[in-house]
Amino acid sequence: MKARVFITLKTGVLDPQGKAIGHALNNLGFRAVSEVRQGKVIDIELEERDESKARASLKEMCEKLLANTVIEKYEIEVSR
Amino acid sequence: MKSAVVIFPASNCDRDAAVALEQVTGEKPAMVWHADTDLPDVDLVVLPGGFAHGDYLRCGAMAALSNIVRDIKAKAEKGLTVLGICNGFQVLTEAGMLPGALMRNAELKFVCKPVGIEVAESQSVFTRRYENGQHIVFPVANGVGNYVADEETLDRLEGEGRVLFRYAGGDNPNGSARNIAGIVNEKRNVLGLMPHPERVCDPLLGGTDGRALFEGLLESLS
Repeated sequence: MKARVFITLKTGVLDPQGKAIGHALNNLGFRAVSEVRQGKVIDIELEERDESKARASLKEMCEKLLANTVIEKYEIEVSR
Repeated sequence: MKSAVVIFPASNCDRDAAVALEQVTGEKPAMVWHADTDLPDVDLVVLPGGFAHGDYLRCGAMAALSNIVRDIKAKAEKGLTVLGICNGFQVLTEAGMLPGALMRNAELKFVCKPVGIEVAESQSVFTRRYENGQHIVFPVANGVGNYVADEETLDRLEGEGRVLFRYAGGDNPNGSARNIAGIVNEKRNVLGLMPHPERVCDPLLGGTDGRALFEGLLESLS
């Protein structure tokens, strides 16, 4: 089973890197860009056939390591 | 006072911490590798600055899961005194031993310079040799030193006198919330701070403002 975990900053947490990317895009002429938030994507392959078990295990991974839930939130996508 | 300094892969201030401890306490600290499971019997453990595990994923995230930090966390709950400097502070927040988190500096730059620090609270084993409100100078050297926590946590830290050090005189080098440079846990035996007191313990290094921190610990823990 394959999983993709998206880790992004919680709403309200300042993202200086996203801001810098936004400025750079504006400078490149992409004037329509008003806000950029940066995050991470982590691809994981699991030896697990049961989707609900995989999801439970991925959630635990996010809570224990992949995300710092003080500042970040996560979303999990699972595919075969 | 017996002390130990933890070495993670890519720690780089472990020797500075060891030299400062030896100069002040007269005893060489035990140097402990991150994969060791048991901390020797000590009164103080220092988590030094550096870039443990290359700062992969998040600063301090991997180190927080190491064998030795697991043991330190258990012993800190029973009262062991823990000092986390810079990367050590990041490890303490990642391990859940201190609230909040350290984020990328507001200006996105690595900042390496002496900064003015105010001792915000002298009621602790770490700051007892300083006066309340005393102005000192510690160097900072970080790219991820921007302390953040939710408003409620910040209010509680301030209300309980748990902010021990603040950046002073409007010179906040990393954008930290409420100019916070160092905080303690509820039991007041675990301190995390971004500036480096161990780098200003010898006049040859340009200052001695950090000595009082180690002298206070020596006085309390001997």
